[in-house]
Amino acid sequence: MMKAIVLRTSTTLCTFVALIAMGSASLAQAQLRVEISGVGANQIPIAIAGFADEATAPQQVTAIIKADLARSGYFKIIDTGNIMSEAAPVNYGEWKSRGADALVVGSVQRLADGRFDVRYKLLDTVKSGQLSALSVAAQPQFMRVSAHKIADDIYEKLIGVRGAFATRIAYVTKAGNNYQLEIADSDGEGRQIALRSNEPIISPAWSPDGTKVAYVSFEAKKPVVYVQNLVTKQRTVVANFKGSNSAPSWSPDGARLAVALSRDGLTQVYVVNADGSNLKRLSNTNGIDTEPQFSADGQSIYFTSDRSGGPQIYRMSAAGGEARRVTFSGSYNISPRVSPDGKTLAYISRRDGKFQLYALDLSNGQEQRLSDTSKDDSPSFSPNGKYLMYATDSGRRGSLAVVSVDGRVKHRLTVQNGDIREPSWGPFMK
Amino acid sequence: MRTLNILAVIFSSAVLLSACSSVKLDDKAPVVENAGSGVPGGGADARSVGTVTTGSTDPLNDPQGVLAKRSVYFDYDSYTVKDEFKPVVEAHARYLSAHKDRRILIQGNTDERGGTEYNLALGQKRAEAVRRAFALLGVPDSQIEAVSFGKEKPKALGSDEAAWAENRRADIVYQ
Repeated sequence: MMKAIVLRTSTTLCTFVALIAMGSASLAQAQLRVEISGVGANQIPIAIAGFADEATAPQQVTAIIKADLARSGYFKIIDTGNIMSEAAPVNYGEWKSRGADALVVGSVQRLADGRFDVRYKLLDTVKSGQLSALSVAAQPQFMRVSAHKIADDIYEKLIGVRGAFATRIAYVTKAGNNYQLEIADSDGEGRQIALRSNEPIISPAWSPDGTKVAYVSFEAKKPVVYVQNLVTKQRTVVANFKGSNSAPSWSPDGARLAVALSRDGLTQVYVVNADGSNLKRLSNTNGIDTEPQFSADGQSIYFTSDRSGGPQIYRMSAAGGEARRVTFSGSYNISPRVSPDGKTLAYISRRDGKFQLYALDLSNGQEQRLSDTSKDDSPSFSPNGKYLMYATDSGRRGSLAVVSVDGRVKHRLTVQNGDIREPSWGPFMK
Repeated sequence: MRTLNILAVIFSSAVLLSACSSVKLDDKAPVVENAGSGVPGGGADARSVGTVTTGSTDPLNDPQGVLAKRSVYFDYDSYTVKDEFKPVVEAHARYLSAHKDRRILIQGNTDERGGTEYNLALGQKRAEAVRRAFALLGVPDSQIEAVSFGKEKPKALGSDEAAWAENRRADIVYQ
């Protein structure tokens, strides 16, 4: 059951809306709470009818689709009390007069083999025609994913960019000395614990195929890089050289990881195979080189270096060699993340003592501050490049925040007890 | 009744155990002799027994000794070992040179301000500064490993100058 307060928007003012998801009671953990505080400049008015026969299904797909589209910031959900299957005739004029540019209808059906088939149609009320139709059949435990896939289809057909609702996120929670690496859906639902420890866990990084997560664990009383297969629970030590091992970043083909190692004295950038073999040093300075990040085409590595005095962001070839400085504003720029299309660099910059999320247009050097908070950390792009998730402080506790790359769409994810930090947005998956 | 028996066993074990002192044998430990004067003749005095206390004098375990100091503190944005901590480093260097079988982990820390990974590297700089100080005094790398906790394991919780100063620290941990 979802409780939603209707969103009133204007292009200049942002209103606060609390969307508290009170989903099914099958989870052992408390839900992540979602709070929307900003929406896009233009919102498409869309009506979403209740899907026929969904009451008998394990998940209420209509509510999930509505929440996804509302959270995206680009849709204004028009309330409709109707239930409409995709087979029912549609009076386009009526919906257009209700203010909807688009209408979503659908149904849920239980198949003989136990799977649930979700069918839907996306209709254009202005052109009086069908924009899309999709049917997704899945086992009951994957119904949420089915709903997210439909929301992704709606998003893609109307916004023109692939939707990222059916993706997952990884993050770390801390309560006292209890640390957990958790995996959840992009909306914070379906939390599952991948790793429990009484020592810190930092820097989770998804493998490109979404089946493994690399991370740094302090269980050996020093930082060591592990790769864990989420399905089999198998853990591989990727880097445990003398000194500290950290900051894993996968190459786009999933074969290698760039890491930061202090084995030669100070922290420098290296590349190693995913099984820990074939170590190669890439950077060679007398300062700190860390936080390597492969670009999406695998040709470059962005990283943090204080070779010029304070930490700044540089780019070098993935084979190592000369590095070019990328950030020039401010004296402290760290945590580079490059967008999937290679055009935008996200990073954390310290200005006037505040650590804030920035985005840099790599073609013209224009930077934009994306947050109003003061302790931002660990940015991560959504796989469609439209949003950034990052860690921040909300009151006395750590929480996750999401902002669109243009700075307008904003929402937060908070957990009731403990800090939540170190987010990493997972890849597209089938 | 059974509870009483168990309690009795536990109590008497505790009494017995507390009666034993843990004696670590060290062939370098000096033997303290009772320098009492010769006791003349018989009588009750000849039956008195004086207690001699001995044991290991591993200086590492002396809570009053300089080796009890295991931390080097750093100023803000600083990664060099201040003069006031040189005696601590020198004392541990002497101990390590005399005990080639001992190894230490130097754990570097930062205060809470700043990014997770960058602070891990800054903490490493502090640990490395202490390691270099040991190296200059002749302690080989085989006896030392410098690692960092960055800002992940603060000793002092709080967001004030005092907490920050307490956390800008490298700890010497014997393995």
